[in-house]
Amino acid sequence: MTTTPADAAGRATLLSMRKVAKRFGKNVVLRDISLDVAEGEFLTILGESGSGKTTLLRIIAGFETATAGEVWMGEERLDHQPPYRRLVNTVFQHYALFPHLTVEQNVAYGLRVAKRPEVEITSRVAEALEKVKMSAHAKSKPSKISGGQQQRIALARALVNRPRLLLLDEPLSALDANLRRQMQVELKSLQREVGISFIFVTHDQEEAMVISDRIALLRSGELEQVATPREIYGRPATAYAAQFIGHTNLLKGEVRSGMVLCSSLAWPAALPDGPALFSLRPENIRLVSEHAADSGSARVRGRVLQRAFHGATELIRVECGDGLVLVVRTPGSGGTLGQVELEFNSADAVPVRESPERI
Amino acid sequence: MFSRAYKAAVTLPPLVWVTVFLLAPYLLMFCYSFWSVSESQTIVHSWSLANYGQLLRVDVYWQTLLRSMWIAARVTGFSLVLGYPLAYFLSFYAGAKKDLLYQLVIIPLWVSYLVRAYAWKTILGSDGVLNTLLQYVHLTRHPLEFLLYSPFAVVLTLTHIYTPFAFLPIYAALEHIPRNLVEASNDLGATPGQTFWKVIFPLSIPGVVAGATFAFVLSLGDFLAPLLLGGPSGIMISNIVVSLFGAAYNWPLGAAISFCMLLLVVGLLFFSERLEKKWSFS
Repeated sequence: MTTTPADAAGRATLLSMRKVAKRFGKNVVLRDISLDVAEGEFLTILGESGSGKTTLLRIIAGFETATAGEVWMGEERLDHQPPYRRLVNTVFQHYALFPHLTVEQNVAYGLRVAKRPEVEITSRVAEALEKVKMSAHAKSKPSKISGGQQQRIALARALVNRPRLLLLDEPLSALDANLRRQMQVELKSLQREVGISFIFVTHDQEEAMVISDRIALLRSGELEQVATPREIYGRPATAYAAQFIGHTNLLKGEVRSGMVLCSSLAWPAALPDGPALFSLRPENIRLVSEHAADSGSARVRGRVLQRAFHGATELIRVECGDGLVLVVRTPGSGGTLGQVELEFNSADAVPVRESPERI
Repeated sequence: MFSRAYKAAVTLPPLVWVTVFLLAPYLLMFCYSFWSVSESQTIVHSWSLANYGQLLRVDVYWQTLLRSMWIAARVTGFSLVLGYPLAYFLSFYAGAKKDLLYQLVIIPLWVSYLVRAYAWKTILGSDGVLNTLLQYVHLTRHPLEFLLYSPFAVVLTLTHIYTPFAFLPIYAALEHIPRNLVEASNDLGATPGQTFWKVIFPLSIPGVVAGATFAFVLSLGDFLAPLLLGGPSGIMISNIVVSLFGAAYNWPLGAAISFCMLLLVVGLLFFSERLEKKWSFS
C-alpha cells in the first residue's frame, strides 16, 4: 500500500490501519480492520458498546497491542512504538486529569516532559488555555472545576503538544444533553481551526452525524461501512447501518424482471432476480391525495395505526396489508387516524446487504 | 434517623471502653509523673516537676531517647526502601499473581512476634546460622560479634517485623491511583521513569507518610527486640521504662518518660495527618 489520497478532498493519508485484529484470549474483539485517516480529517468510529471501538482507539494510542496487522503513520510503523513515542495524543473518557497538578500544570505536562524551554511552555500553555476559554481557571485544581471545564482542559492538555492526530474516547458522554450539543459544535470548529486529524469514538449516532467528516461504523469488531454522514444515511450499505443510523423501514422483497415485490408494494428496480432487502427512510414516504402518481414512484393504501408527535415532525405507523407496517415521517400536521395513501420514489428504496449475526 | 436510645446504645460501650482503659490510665500516668518515691520505697503524692528535670539532667535518659529515635528512623528508612518497591511491583506489574504475593507479604504477620525475634537470634548468634556459614566458607575465622546484641540486630529485626506495616498503606495508595492517569502520562510523552516521578510517586505520598508513621511509631515504642537482641549498646527508651516500672521501682520517673514519648508520638501523628491531607486528592 502506498500513501494515496484518502478522501475526495485529495488530502494525504495520515494514519493507515492494515488488517488490524485483536483477541483477548478466545474472545475476538477486532477482526481485519483496514482504515485510512486523512490529514485534517474528522473521523468518527461509531459503534455500540462492545463493538471494539475503544480497543481500536487504544491500539492506535499504544495502550493495547494488536494481535495481528499493522498501524502506519506516514512512513513510520506506529504499532511497534511505545505510547510516549507516538505523535498521537488522547482525550480520555473520564478526562484523566492529574489531580495533584493545577489546570496550568496539567496542560504544561507534555511540554515539561519533553523538556521544552520554560518561556515556550508558558506561552504555549497560555495560548492553549485561551483557545478553550479556560484562562481564568489556570491556577485551579481539577477537582474544583466542573465536568465541562475538565473536558476543555483535557482537550487543551492534548492539543498543546501539537500532535499529528488526536484521539477522543467518548469525551462528551459524561456531559448533560445541552452542554453536549454545545461541545459538539465547539469541538468541530476547534478541529477546523487547528487542522489536526481527529479520531472520535462514540456510541451516539446523532453525535457522529453532526460532528464527522466520515463515519466508520463498527459492529462486533468488524467495519460495517465507512462513509460520510450523508452517504451512510442516504446510502446505507447494510441493514445494520440503515437501522443504527436514524430510523428506517427494512423491506424484504423479491426482484422479478426489474420489479420489486414486497407484500402489497411494487416498484421498479434495476436489480438481478432474487430476494433483496431495502431500506426506506420514513421521511421519504409521503402522504398523498388522489392525484396521479409520477412515474418511478410507488403507491400504497394503508390504515394509520398510531401517531407519535416529535415536535417538528410526526411519526406515523401505517398498516399496508399483509402484515406490512411502514413508518412515515411527516411534518407535524396533526391528522387523524384512518385510511391514507402513501407514495415514495423507487430510488429512495436503497438495496442493502443483510447483517448476519456474528459470534 | 435513629432514636436517641439507639444512638446511646451504640456510642456508650466504646466510650466507656476508651475512658476506662485509655483515658483514665493516661490521666493516672500523667499524675504519677509529678509524684516521687520515698526512702522507704513508697510513692509520695506530692506534686513537683523533679522527674522532668531529672529526664533532662541525666544523660542516659535523653541519650537513650535520641538513640531510640535514631533506631526508629533507620527502621523507617529501610522499611520504606523495601516496602515501596515491593508495593509498586505488586500493584503495577504482578498481574494475575497479585493476590498470591499480597498474601505472602501478609503471612509473616500471623507468626508471633517472639518467634520472629528468636529466629533472628538463631541466625545472628555466635553459633548461629550466619556465623557458621561464614566460617564454613572461610570468609571469617572467628564468629562476628557485632551481628547479635547490637543496634544492628535491633534495626534488622525491627525492619523485618515492621516492613509489612509500611508496605500495606503504600500498596493501598498505589492501588487507588486511577490507571488512566498513568496512560495519560505515557500518552503525553512521559517515559515510564518520568511517569513514576511525576504522577505515581506524588499520588502515593499519603501512603508513604502513613507507612512511615506506622514503622517509626511502632519501632520507637518497641522493647522486645532490644531486650532479646540489643545487648547493652542496643537498649531503647522502652527498656528503661520497663525497668523503672519493674526492678528499679521508680514509677513516677517511668511515667514522666512515658508521657514525653506520648507527646512525641501524638505530635508525630498530628504532623503526618496534616501531610497526608495536603497530598491527598479525590
